[in-house]
Amino acid sequence: MSDELTPDEALDKIDFSPRSPKDPSNWMDTTQNVQIRPGMYCYAAKAESVNTLGLPNAREWNPIEEDWKLPENWQEILHNGIKERLEKFRTFKIFMDVCVRCGACADKCHFFLGTGDPKNMPVLRAELLRSVYRNDFTTAGKILKKIPGGQRLNGARDLTIDVLKEMWYYFFQCTECRRCSVFCPYGIDTAEITIMARELFNLIGLNIDWIATPVSNCYQTGNHLGIQPHAFKDMLEFFVEDIEDITGVDCTPQFQKKGADILFITPSGDVFADPGTYTCQGYLILFKYLKEKYGLDVTWSTYASEGGNFGFFTSHETMKRLNAKMYAEAKRLGVKWIIGGECGHMWRVIHQYMDTMNGPADFLEVPVNPITGTRFENAASTKMVHITEFTADLIRHGKLELDKSRNANRIMTYHDSCNTSRGMGLLDEPRYVIQNCVDQFYEMPPNTIREQTFCCGSGSGLNAGENMELRMAGALPRANAVKHVHEKYGVNTLGTICAIDRAALSTLCEYWVPDVEVCGVHELVGNALILPGEKEREEDLRMEPLPGLEEE
Amino acid sequence: MNQRYLIPLTAVFLLFLLAYVGVEGAGLQVVFGVLIPYLALLVFLGGFLKKVLGWAASAVPFRIPTTCGQQKSMDWVKQNSIDNPNTTGGVLLRMVFEIFLFRSLFRNTKAAFNRNASNKLSYSWEIFLWAGALAFHYAFLVVILRHLRFFTNPVPECIGWLEFFDGIVQLGLPGIMLSGVVLAAATLFLLGRRIFDAKVNYISQAADYFPLFLILGIAATGIAMRYFTKVDIVGIKEFTMGLVTFNFVIPEGVGGLFYAHIFLVSILFAYFPLSKLMHMGGVFLSPTRNMANNTRAQRHVNPWNYDVKTHTYDEYEDHFRDKMIEAGLPVEKKE
Repeated sequence: MSDELTPDEALDKIDFSPRSPKDPSNWMDTTQNVQIRPGMYCYAAKAESVNTLGLPNAREWNPIEEDWKLPENWQEILHNGIKERLEKFRTFKIFMDVCVRCGACADKCHFFLGTGDPKNMPVLRAELLRSVYRNDFTTAGKILKKIPGGQRLNGARDLTIDVLKEMWYYFFQCTECRRCSVFCPYGIDTAEITIMARELFNLIGLNIDWIATPVSNCYQTGNHLGIQPHAFKDMLEFFVEDIEDITGVDCTPQFQKKGADILFITPSGDVFADPGTYTCQGYLILFKYLKEKYGLDVTWSTYASEGGNFGFFTSHETMKRLNAKMYAEAKRLGVKWIIGGECGHMWRVIHQYMDTMNGPADFLEVPVNPITGTRFENAASTKMVHITEFTADLIRHGKLELDKSRNANRIMTYHDSCNTSRGMGLLDEPRYVIQNCVDQFYEMPPNTIREQTFCCGSGSGLNAGENMELRMAGALPRANAVKHVHEKYGVNTLGTICAIDRAALSTLCEYWVPDVEVCGVHELVGNALILPGEKEREEDLRMEPLPGLEEE
Repeated sequence: MNQRYLIPLTAVFLLFLLAYVGVEGAGLQVVFGVLIPYLALLVFLGGFLKKVLGWAASAVPFRIPTTCGQQKSMDWVKQNSIDNPNTTGGVLLRMVFEIFLFRSLFRNTKAAFNRNASNKLSYSWEIFLWAGALAFHYAFLVVILRHLRFFTNPVPECIGWLEFFDGIVQLGLPGIMLSGVVLAAATLFLLGRRIFDAKVNYISQAADYFPLFLILGIAATGIAMRYFTKVDIVGIKEFTMGLVTFNFVIPEGVGGLFYAHIFLVSILFAYFPLSKLMHMGGVFLSPTRNMANNTRAQRHVNPWNYDVKTHTYDEYEDHFRDKMIEAGLPVEKKE
């Protein structure tokens, strides 16, 4: 990370003109020169993790070694894999066929903006695979490859080992954020193409460990971090102690309680690492409040203890296998409906995939907030509500007593996470919650928020340690916008509703904008919410003195 | 030399020569004027249909629109019903805006980075690609519609209207048709981007230059006939009506230029379904645009959904039972 490249050195490398237009060469000539470079790639999946789910070609291998230990017929496997997916996914087929290479997406990708590497232009990332598709699956390609020079005219190429390595390198430099798709006149979604590419890689055992090991953990232990049931309970109880120190109120949660009203599922990152832990404490405080005031019965589960789904970054099938726990546990416990915590890709999966994959959830009720009477029509079938939808509804109906002054030290801005903005449209609910907990709120520039929001640079399973140069480069556009409001309005806190963001944006800020802290929306709620019977609070959830009490 | 555009340019020029010489030198009017156009039309229709049916045959397992605005949630949260539609009506509007006004392209921005004290990345509205693309497509549409004059008898009134407005700028004789000029200018603009914009240049292949040169060739031969060589319009109308009525007439006094024009158009038609030009059909079918964002409200069914092996609660409890009991977590079986 910083020991390799300082922010200044990273900035020196940025150039949006990939080469002189006079250069006659074709990008396809550069494939052999692609160097899989430390700092830019993630380590290979460990055999053990690949084995847990029985996925193909589990073995030890290393991307920077010559021999990737592929099955002998890897080309055939990939060919058949592409063929199958063209039939199963209209998106894939259309996106392979209709791109006109207009270039509208070119400078929309945070990785292109941060690295200047032309192969990070979304169109080119897709072309890496599309060139193979054209060669092997289209009429024109089949005719032209028989004519000398025809392949080149068609922008087509054979699937060689160099081509495979190039694809692997660059499809693990895409965070599936969908920003390019917003600008594409045909809605071509590079996330979808990356999803297909990674699914294909998994057919021949080419996953990265930062995805494969969380997937394996989640499958067996219930969450990505491999926190075992007793440890999960311990960790939450540790938060309970902290909250009791701060507020004097015991917020002990319930686990696996049959017949509870609501099952609550959040990413395990919230349980594990700062600053997500403060968000987690916010949930505990909120549920305690609702229990005391309104008798709402919420349960957690150690079996369904993961909201996130790294299976989504592996294959559709793996996503389904991990996601199945949510409905299975809701059914076993006999709850009425489910609330999901703050997470990005988790919500893309729940919003756009879960009901289709693992539904129908006919054993659950259409979500109705018993406190406000609000019927969540937008979740009528899936029966899962986002916590900021739920909290916004409570605030709107005046059901929460919030003391904004306890967040008075926060000058906020808000980062829309990619998946909730472009794969759902959850934009104003979190803002509403923030603005009811904090007085000072400033938006980042319009081209960097809402549906045009920039990725943290670490999404889709790329938040490893070994690819820090890549992550910090991809983080630049987001950081640049944060820096802008930091300098203009003195913003000192970046709010977010994504667990990966809470980890990734913290690293991003440390690197690019050191004076800004990252916090989840429900951390603010936890600070502001006045619990029945609480003592005079002197500290916030970070155990720092409340605004106004600093000197004491 | 840059093969990526010199080869397509040469190819279009050779195609032109082929037809011109074929007609002028070898008298192959029937080949270039009748056989090839029919063949091209067949390839176009068959290929287009095959491609679209091929897309339609692929499943749509998930409802995954790209949402570009506030979702429909609670009543008091204002939804962006066009960019994030949850109803068929909203989707329809979104598609109309997309197909007729290129709404997504309208959002286009240009990023710039200033390596100085502030190190700012900035994004400015970039309207030229949108304007150029819109001008190109609408001019092309008008040109095609105007050409219906040659294939209908009597000519429908609306085509007369179209020509009237197209020729509203009265300059010289015969009057200038705006659509032709705009088409040529917009094509040159799109070509210029590919040649001079470093990013677009990098991604462009011969397959991107070829249709542009082809369309320029078509426009140039058309413009040449109308304004310079002044071809025999009556003869041509006889010829084109012959094509429509399968009652072929090879008119006297219509030269190679006309057949070259027809031939280039034929090439465009035949090339269409084999190429990226199929975006014309694809834009209607793109699942990220033509689906409602209501997956949580209404279940979407995946036609090939299949059962998968999961790690069940029972397996989980079997694995961790002792630890769970010790920690005081509820269990189904005590041992």
